Amino acid sequence: MERYYDDEIRLLSEKISTMGEAVQERLAQAVDALKRQDVNLARQTIAADEEIDRMELENEEYALALLARFQPQAGDLRFITNAMKINAELERIADLAVDICQRVEDLAGQPLLKPLVDIPLLAEVAREMIRGAISSFVSRDVETAKTVILKDAQADRLRNEVQRELVYDYMAKDGSTAPRAMPLLLISRHLERICDHATNIAEDVIYMVNAQVVKHHPERL
Amino acid sequence: MAQRPICTEIIRVDRLNLFYAGLQALKDVSVSIKPCAITAIIGPSGCGKSTLLRCFNRMNDLIEGVRITGRIIIGGEDIMARGVDLLSLRRKVGMVFQRPNPFPLSISQNITYGPRVHGMLGRQRSEEVVEQCLRAVLLWDDLKDSLNAPALSLSLEKQQRLCIARLLAVEPEILLMDEPCSALDPIATQRIEELMTKLREKYTIIIVTHNMQQAARISDQTGFMLLGELVEFGETRQMFTSPADRRTEDYITGRFG
Repeated sequence: MERYYDDEIRLLSEKISTMGEAVQERLAQAVDALKRQDVNLARQTIAADEEIDRMELENEEYALALLARFQPQAGDLRFITNAMKINAELERIADLAVDICQRVEDLAGQPLLKPLVDIPLLAEVAREMIRGAISSFVSRDVETAKTVILKDAQADRLRNEVQRELVYDYMAKDGSTAPRAMPLLLISRHLERICDHATNIAEDVIYMVNAQVVKHHPERL
Repeated sequence: MAQRPICTEIIRVDRLNLFYAGLQALKDVSVSIKPCAITAIIGPSGCGKSTLLRCFNRMNDLIEGVRITGRIIIGGEDIMARGVDLLSLRRKVGMVFQRPNPFPLSISQNITYGPRVHGMLGRQRSEEVVEQCLRAVLLWDDLKDSLNAPALSLSLEKQQRLCIARLLAVEPEILLMDEPCSALDPIATQRIEELMTKLREKYTIIIVTHNMQQAARISDQTGFMLLGELVEFGETRQMFTSPADRRTEDYITGRFG
């Protein structure tokens, strides 16, 4: 049976989805700016973060109003509270995209220390995970959410490889490489954190749909 | 604070069926109710909530044409068995109704009436009983100087508290409440709910309510009924965040009822 306020609840899903698309766009721009060492694109991406912040606040307020007005229970309650959590995760991902752009600014005017190999791979994993996480939320798709969670191990491996290479093959051997190595190290860290946020979103989706807690319990997957 | 009893079950219902002149109102209901807790029974109109509640003190016996099968065990005794002392049962298992129903007597007479009938009252004790019971329902300070005033002169909320005090005077174990707040405004409702959470320390409370938010707020366990069947029963927190049965989910999210 359709309820008179179902449209208002569906609208929250649409708002989160729209924000998810905007965040994916910011991340794509950040990775693009990195690959092309495009400082202008990096600066545009940083400036666009304001819109994401605005969306986050608006979504949060909207969700709070739904809680206050309708006192939702069960599936509705899980949906709204997890939508609020996912809203916050998306905003953090956008902040990390900004951090990547700031590292692009740090590297401006300098040749790259080495050709980027693992970082673009890690960036692609991050984009896939975000795409999958948001899709799982929109479609209430637990299987897609599980795929996202399982992919996080790949992100960790790639980040560890970047770290190993930059620390041991470059900075340990030649300290003067540090100003060019550190931003790359931080970028790998930002990308790995983006993957963690995507994992969090996917875990929230599983709870939202099934009331199953997999957060901190990967054995339950 | 009163010590909680060690037992985990104060009422056990075992395959209870009830028929009103051929129409089945309760279907194979089985449930175990915890002591010193608030159990809420929710469900759409006509689902059998009040019928089930009235089974616990055999008030359904007063309805012509009722037939009941199954058992209800309270304090180790099957109260549905022949020969059960109904007066004693209804002392132990008291009931509060939707519309407050104080006797057309004074405030203090309302409270002492039950103990007198049950032979529980000596002359000196009546003042103590009145004070104790009014304190238990947080009415003593308001009413101590007007105990001879007519009970019907009180506000509806205070009348309902007085009805609860009247129950407490006969030292019950179980309080049955059939939509006790539906005639009250929101502030009065909140006060009665606060009283119920306080009484839970010493008494077992079973409440029938149409107000799901009330059930979610105050109860420890909730049972959802539909068409005479107890569809789901469990910890309130679980029922209102992730019910196991689809019908329960649909009801508490307002998709029917």
